[in-house]
Order: sequence, then structure tokens, then C-alpha cells
Amino acid sequence: MTQEPILKGRGLVKRYGKVTALDHCDFDLYPGEILAVIGDNGAGKSSLIKALSGAVQPDEGEITLEGKPIQFSTPLDARAYGIECVYQTLAMSPALSIADNMFMGRELRKPGIMGALFRQLDKPAMEKFARAKLNELGLMTIQNINQAVETLSGGQRQGVAVARAAAFGSKVVILDEPTAALGVKESRRVLELIRDVRSRGIPIILISHNMPHVFEVADRIHIHRLGKRLCVIKPGDYSMSDAVAFMTGAKLPEGVTEAA
Amino acid sequence: MASDAKGATSFEEGLKGASEKVAEFHEDKGALKRLQTWLHQTPSAVPMIVLVIALIIFGVLSENFFKATTLSTILQQIAIVGILGCAQSVVVLTAGIDLSVGAIAVFSSVLMGQMTFRYGIPAELSILIGLVLGTAMGFVNGWLVAKVKLPPFIVTLGTWQILLASNFIFSANETIRSSDIEKQAGALQFWGQSIQPGGVKVLFAVFLLIALVAIMAYVLRQTAWGRHVYAVGDDPDAAELAGVKTKTILIQVYALAGFFCAIAGWVMIGRFGSVSPTASTGQMGNIQSITAVVIGGISLFGGRGSIVGMFFGALIVGVFEMGLRLVGTDPQWTFFLIGVLIIFAVAVDQWIRKAAA
Ligand SMILES: Nc1ncnc2c1ncn2[C@@H]1O[C@H](COP(=O)(O)OP(=O)(O)O)[C@@H](O)[C@H]1O
Ligand SMILES: [Mg+2]
Repeated sequence: MTQEPILKGRGLVKRYGKVTALDHCDFDLYPGEILAVIGDNGAGKSSLIKALSGAVQPDEGEITLEGKPIQFSTPLDARAYGIECVYQTLAMSPALSIADNMFMGRELRKPGIMGALFRQLDKPAMEKFARAKLNELGLMTIQNINQAVETLSGGQRQGVAVARAAAFGSKVVILDEPTAALGVKESRRVLELIRDVRSRGIPIILISHNMPHVFEVADRIHIHRLGKRLCVIKPGDYSMSDAVAFMTGAKLPEGVTEAA
Repeated sequence: MASDAKGATSFEEGLKGASEKVAEFHEDKGALKRLQTWLHQTPSAVPMIVLVIALIIFGVLSENFFKATTLSTILQQIAIVGILGCAQSVVVLTAGIDLSVGAIAVFSSVLMGQMTFRYGIPAELSILIGLVLGTAMGFVNGWLVAKVKLPPFIVTLGTWQILLASNFIFSANETIRSSDIEKQAGALQFWGQSIQPGGVKVLFAVFLLIALVAIMAYVLRQTAWGRHVYAVGDDPDAAELAGVKTKTILIQVYALAGFFCAIAGWVMIGRFGSVSPTASTGQMGNIQSITAVVIGGISLFGGRGSIVGMFFGALIVGVFEMGLRLVGTDPQWTFFLIGVLIIFAVAVDQWIRKAAA
């Protein structure tokens, strides 16, 4: 690959008290690719993407976006750069509506004096947009776009979170286990959506435990182990059982030695 | 190797020819379940129903109840509690609590009075200073909650005592007499003025309360800031990840509460005529405002309820006090019934929140 990575991490360290979630971890995302990140539970995958999306601040290391060093102190900072993330916890306000949640922190205001002076939200516009995005995803029949998120099923909630990230991501879209609560059919729709987003030229980071899905859509697979990148493989070069063996430590890829 | 992948995805072939219609749910909901869902979406419904029932009962029991003067007196009685309730509402919506509302109100009213009577500052400017200082007191609460991450209960338990004590020390326990204020600083008593359409006295303070409730209802429903207040109370971590500046919102909410309390302090001067550092609001204001908020259906767990509900809650308390007095019972029954209502309101809140599941 002759291209420069669009998003790059070097020597990232994140400690939570005594736990070292990221241990001098490297990371590369190239333009226009789907990069899967796999690893055991607790390997530090979520910590890695949180560092990339501004949700946590790494204790050490450097992140560069399009070659420029960046430091996100909040997810809002990352969003301003076009990085959108679906967190494993989904980051939704249960009592608020679907439309409220989709536009949290980037609400649309009414045109004219009502918006400029009285700061009134343009609810019809936000609802229309939210409904269009959910239909695009084809995930669910939402009877009422104003219904509280807590009245949705787990899969529907995940659908809303994915729709939100896909709709607003302009540079990088990050998905942390986006299909964990979804059925077969909905998962398929999410995979299609991931390909859709890529066809808009936006690279995607996909964390998933679903090996068939990972091998189906990923261009490269970042295998995360014990807080760092163990290796990066191409799906065509290895089998799923190899990948599982690498991430669990049962086997080591050629040319990689694991420190004790 | 790639065949490995194919084999594993082949189960999805069963999807071919599957219905393209997305699943629809026609859940048969019983009447009770529907009621629960409706209340879930309309948080001010319960206090409104209670209020209407109370009005009907007292209307039947006492022929004097439905007189315009009675109703305007009720509104007059709840003006201060209602404004403190506005302060309490925004704080409780963020899953906090403000025990210092009464203390901020009394201290602000004393500051307004003393600025004029001790330092000779024009009354209008004194009022402005009082409003700014009240806001600053709320800001300190918010800063301690958001930045130092102390529990709101502890922070405001502390500032309640600190502010009330400062209030006594600063004022040297001195009351400013109503007649002096009337002569030298009429602006301080502004909200005590009234209009009398058809001989029914309606205080300016009542209009102020209604205006504040209407403005806050708009702000909380129709602006991004209002949505963020709910989001912070609902799940602060989720709100932060979703792009809400949770700390800023918290500080703004407590500062706004302080501002409302200072307004209540100004209204107190109008209502009572004098400026008194020992006004009972300092001790009772927090409990009364929390009562209005809870009876009004705002969840103490944050993120649920409406300011209009709080207004109904304050009205319910006022209606009970007035109604029971007109009926001629022992006034203790008021407290008895309000106690029952508080427990009822929280029980209903618990039940409504289960509608989510
Ligand atoms: N907020 C936190 N506080 C303390 N420890 C945490 C926190 N988040 C993650 N960890 C710890 O960091 C390690 C990596 O977690 P995580 O990044 O969530 O892994 P993964 O997503 O790969 O399952 C785990 O041991 C986890 O317990
Ligand atoms: Mg994780």
C-alpha cells in the first residue's frame, strides 16, 4: 500500500488505574477501506476506538488524521473532523425520541428569527431526516419517530445508532460491535450499509465478533491482542480459524513474536 | 480458505425469498398498559388529573371555593414556591437536587435591600446586583457538582447552611421595614403590585410565575439546550458520547437555578413588603419546591417530567391549603394529605418508568 493512512495511531497507551487497556498500540486506517478489528473480550478494542473518537484521551502516543497530529478532548472534537462512532453502549438517551437522539449535539434550528433569536428547533426537518435515514437502513418499522428510544427493542436501538453514524460520518465511520443485538436480516442490512458508506469513499472501522461477516466485508483485519495490534491480515490469506487462533493466542502469525 | 467464509455465510441463503415486509407488531395492549404508555409520554397528566379532582371536591364541599378571589389568592400563595419550583425543576431534570434554593432566595433579597439601604445604591441597580449574586451562588453549586464531581445533595446541603449563615452575618439579623422600602426603593416591591380587573386582585408576581413557567416550558421542549438538559439527566455518559457538553450544561443549570432563586427573592420583597433575613423561605423553600416538583411528576432520577407538571404540583399544594381551610378542618390535614400525595407521585413515577420495559 503506497497510500498514507488517513487515520494513524502510534504507541497509544491507555491505563485505567492498574489495568492497561492499550499497551503501546499502533493503528492504521487507509482511505476508502473497511478495516475490521477483532480480538478477545477485554483485548482493548473499544479503548482503541474510543481513543480515536475522542471519548477517552490516551496517556501516551500520537494520533494523526490525514498526516496532521490531532488531540480530541471530547467526541464533539472528533465529530467536527467528520469522525462518527457507534459505541458499544450505543450512547443514546433512553427517554428522548429517536429524532432527538439522532441530532444530539447537532440539532437543526428553524430558519429565520425563530431559529436565530429564539433558538427554536426545526423538529419537522429533523424528524423527516431521521425517518429517511431509518428507511434507508430498512431495519425497522418505526411507528412513530417521536417515540422514546427506551421503547425500542435492542436491535432497533442499534439500528438507530448505526443510522446516526452513517448519516453524519464524512471522514471516518467507526462501528463497535454494531450487529451484536441484531437478527440475521438486520445484520445483513448493516453490512450493506457499511458497503454503502464505503462506496461514498468513507473508510470504516468495524469491530465485530462475527467472523463470517468480518471475512466477508473487510479489506484488512487488525488483530488486537493484550492491548496492542498483534498483526494485520488480509481475509484472503488466512482462514477464519487462523484468525481466531491468532486473536486467542493459540497460534502466532509468521514473523510475529509475542513478548511473553 | 475463502470457502471457509462462504460456508459460514451460507445460512443466510435462507433469507432469499423471505418476506420483504419489515416486522410489524400488533401488540394487544390492555387498557392499563395503554394508560401507562400514555402517562409515559405525557408526564404532566397525573398532576393535572389530581388538580382537577381536587378542584371538583373542594368546589362541592365549599361554596366559597370557586370564587375569583379564592382562586387568585391561591395563585398569590404559590408565586414564590412556584418560582423556586422552576429552579428546582431544571436541577432535578439533570438528576440533581438543590437544597439551597430557599437560602439563595433569602440571601438575594437581603443583598438587594442592603445594597440600597446600607450602601445607598439606587434600587434598580441593587436588584441587578442581587440577581447577579444569586446567579453566582448557583454557579458555585454547579461548579462543585460538575467539575469537582461532588454529589448535588451534599454540595447544596453545604451551601444551604453557608449561605443562610452568611445571610444572617451580613444582615446582622436586621429587617428593613416595609414603609421605608415603600418610601425610598419602590422598585424592590415591584412584584407586590397588582391589577384589579372586576375587583379581583391579581399580583404582578402571579403573571411573572406564569411567564417563567411558559418560557421554561418552551426552552426545555423547543431548544437544543433543553434537550441536552434532559439528556444529561437521563444518562450523562451517553450524553457525553453523543456530543453533549455535560459539564457546561450542569453548571448552566445550577446557575440558572440561582438566577430564578434571586428572582424569587425579589418577589418575596413584593409579597411581604419588608426584607427579612429570617424569612421562613430560607428553611422551608427547598422542601416546598421539592414537593411541587415531585407532586408535579418530575422524576428524581432525572430526565423525565415537565415544568408545567411542577406548576400543577405547586397549584395542588395551594389548592389543598386553601380548600381545607375553607372546609374548616385542622390545618394539619394539609400536611397529611401532601405527604400522601408525595408518596403517591413517586409510586406513579416508578410505575410509569416501567412502561419502557
Ligand atoms: N472505563 C474503564 N474503567 C476501568 N477499566 C476499563 C474501562 N474501560 C475498559 N476497561 C478495561 O480495559 C480493558 C480493555 O477493555 P475494552 O477496551 O472494553 O476491551 P474490548 O472492547 O476489546 O472488549 C478491560 O480489561 C477493561 O476491563
Ligand atoms: Mg468492546
